[in-house]
Amino acid sequence: MAYVPLTDQDGEMEMHHPRSWVGKYVWSQDHKVIAIQYGSIAIFTGVVGMVLSMLFRLQLGFPESVDFVDPSFYYQSVTMHGMIMVIYLLTALFLGGFGNYLIPLMCGARDMVFPFMNMLSVWFFLLSVLILMASFFVSGGPTGAGWTLYPPQAAMAGTPGSDMGIILMVASLAVFVVAFTMGGLNYVVTVLQYRCRGMTMMRLPLSVWGIFVATVMGLIVFPALLVAGVMMLFDLILGTSFFMPAAIESGQLMDSGGGSPLLFQHLFWFFGHPEVYIVALPAFGLVSDILSCHARKNIFGYRMMVWAIIGIGALSMIVWAHHMFISGMNPNFGFFFATTTVIIAVPTALKVYNWVLTLWEGNIRMNVPMYFAIGFIFTFLHGGLTGLFLGNVGVDVPLSDTYFVVAHFHMVMGIAPICVVFAAIYHWFPKMSGRMYHEGMAKAHFWLTFLGAYTVYLPLHYLGFLGVPRRYYALGATDFIPQSAQDLNATVTIAALIVGVSQLLFFINIIWSLKNGKKADPNPWGATSLEWQTPDNPPGHGNWGDSLPTVYRWAYDYSVPGAPEDFIPQNTSENKEPTVDEEHFDPDSDDSLADV
Amino acid sequence: MSITKTLTSKPWERKGIIGGLKPEGAFDAPSERVGLIIFLVVATIVFSLFTVSYFVRMELPDWQPLSEPAQLWFNTVLLIISSVMFQWARNIVGRDSRRSLSTAFIGGGVFAILFIIGQLITWGNLQSSGYYLASNPANSFYYLLTGLHGLHLLGGLWVWSKSSTRLISGSEPKEIKLSIELCTVYWHFLLVVWLVLFAILSNT
Repeated sequence: MAYVPLTDQDGEMEMHHPRSWVGKYVWSQDHKVIAIQYGSIAIFTGVVGMVLSMLFRLQLGFPESVDFVDPSFYYQSVTMHGMIMVIYLLTALFLGGFGNYLIPLMCGARDMVFPFMNMLSVWFFLLSVLILMASFFVSGGPTGAGWTLYPPQAAMAGTPGSDMGIILMVASLAVFVVAFTMGGLNYVVTVLQYRCRGMTMMRLPLSVWGIFVATVMGLIVFPALLVAGVMMLFDLILGTSFFMPAAIESGQLMDSGGGSPLLFQHLFWFFGHPEVYIVALPAFGLVSDILSCHARKNIFGYRMMVWAIIGIGALSMIVWAHHMFISGMNPNFGFFFATTTVIIAVPTALKVYNWVLTLWEGNIRMNVPMYFAIGFIFTFLHGGLTGLFLGNVGVDVPLSDTYFVVAHFHMVMGIAPICVVFAAIYHWFPKMSGRMYHEGMAKAHFWLTFLGAYTVYLPLHYLGFLGVPRRYYALGATDFIPQSAQDLNATVTIAALIVGVSQLLFFINIIWSLKNGKKADPNPWGATSLEWQTPDNPPGHGNWGDSLPTVYRWAYDYSVPGAPEDFIPQNTSENKEPTVDEEHFDPDSDDSLADV
Repeated sequence: MSITKTLTSKPWERKGIIGGLKPEGAFDAPSERVGLIIFLVVATIVFSLFTVSYFVRMELPDWQPLSEPAQLWFNTVLLIISSVMFQWARNIVGRDSRRSLSTAFIGGGVFAILFIIGQLITWGNLQSSGYYLASNPANSFYYLLTGLHGLHLLGGLWVWSKSSTRLISGSEPKEIKLSIELCTVYWHFLLVVWLVLFAILSNT
């Protein structure tokens, strides 16, 4: 291992060149390898979360049909499903996965600013996942307190996993925050400082803007989770009472007492609400680029899109208590938080209009990423509109504990971002692997996922209106829940199982295509942004061959009148001469810099 | 870079290289410094959230004020000396000089270590007079906040020890200028954090 200065070019970073296989693919400091490590760990964890959801869905649709799904297991799997999907899958995949892969490539940098810290970040993330998974194997099992982990319930006998499970959960979150902070510092400083010549902030593709603002938000709000987690760990292990109120457990007054559970809720949701947008903003950014590219049209209202991303990021910090309307609060606070919540609809609606207007009269190519991107617009619009209902205190109070909320947040921050995850994976797969995926399998995957998701979540809205409560292991016999609701629940379960199993298509497709896929063009979609203009496909270590790219234009010069092709890459100068040296353009080369 | 000017520019109108022949960072500073400042913002948020929690918790009826040990004043002086010595080292390295650089830089770290030892002694004294971590929320916060501050200082000392090794093994002042500057910024930050924490802990 050695540090080799590449060239004397201004602004060049020193690269770290590993010599061994382990140095290249395990202890790697290359942002692309780290991105794939991050993504693989996140997706593996996500599969665990999905299997858990299928198990508790079986209980809901066909009560008592599976032996080991008892009430404890039910609560544990609901809790772990929520936490895994929000934090360990979506946050890690969007920021650690796509952020790591795309930021340096789209900014025209050779790597992240602090590659060593970037490597530490992924290993800390793995550690946090291992701690999380360990909670399945300790006595008492993982925590079953719900993903919000509210004390005192999370720490009291009667809640599954109230001894070791909850401790491991909180510890895992604390480690995750450390991992995220190390990665986040990298993403932010790279975007600010390591853009190549000519790449101004307003020339960055929206993907980078979305990931950048989401990371800034993460750096601001993840500390709240850390603070809440540390104080909770003290309460759990050292017997303090930051959050634990006086309570009677098994007939005995507990040692701790006098703490404020409401304080935990404020800290948790000060993190928890922006977290929704930490997941959504990268999705907004990625989908903007995908829509624009496959519609062969510049993104409608680029500046507005940037402002909306920043505006949503800022507003999302002052809406958190809308998750606590039923915790009880001063009506004036309720009014304030309801107002800010509904105001977020303005920049968000602006973005939806702009996506639709980008499609308007575009030369739309129905490639697989476009299917998923359009699927995102539908599901996001759907989930966003039900959010408007729930933002109002008067509507939220009766609906808050019903399946309506489950349907709302799954549409808006489950299915919608997952659509973008698939759109982005299919879109960038040729760049990451150098091969094309199987088109037919990918389209089947889309239709099963998209239609299946609607079959699952539309009925849940209706169950919510009926007043069917969420979080219940079994509904039992009541007057207000008719038998038809139970039948609907069974339908939902069957649909959920089909959607779950159909994800196998995705995995089979990816694994099959890695070996047997058609060799991909360096720029199969005719995209303008820098990652498609690398001298090697997939990009080699150091990304850019001998010299860094120079940027002459924004990222959305599609279908420019008079241009020879329907796209002009960002590094093409005014006199239309491509700056990538054609002679050095060797799509078959695997690694251009390894021996520099 | 003016933020409004950046955000209102129209990227679709201007073609060509903007910002001259050098890549244009948003800040005219080394990336390490930008990274450190962003980290300090994150650390400030962590400490602020603990402070907010402290004030919220104080309002609840079971709070019994803890009278802070007088030794904290002595510890504070140690930390101030530490910070002053780092500033001294920074001034020396700013003049590209070497004279007394090792004394100033290493001395600064040693005083920080003395501060941590002082804090640990304070903990020990509190324990022996029966003020345990879990006996009252005021005590819990005392241990939590001082501990957290100490941990940040230990993190700084780790970087300090690496830079000191380089300094002793004869690196040119120019090579370690940035490390010394960043250590100084970090130490001043932790001094300010400590002064604020000391003030709010005394305010029970």
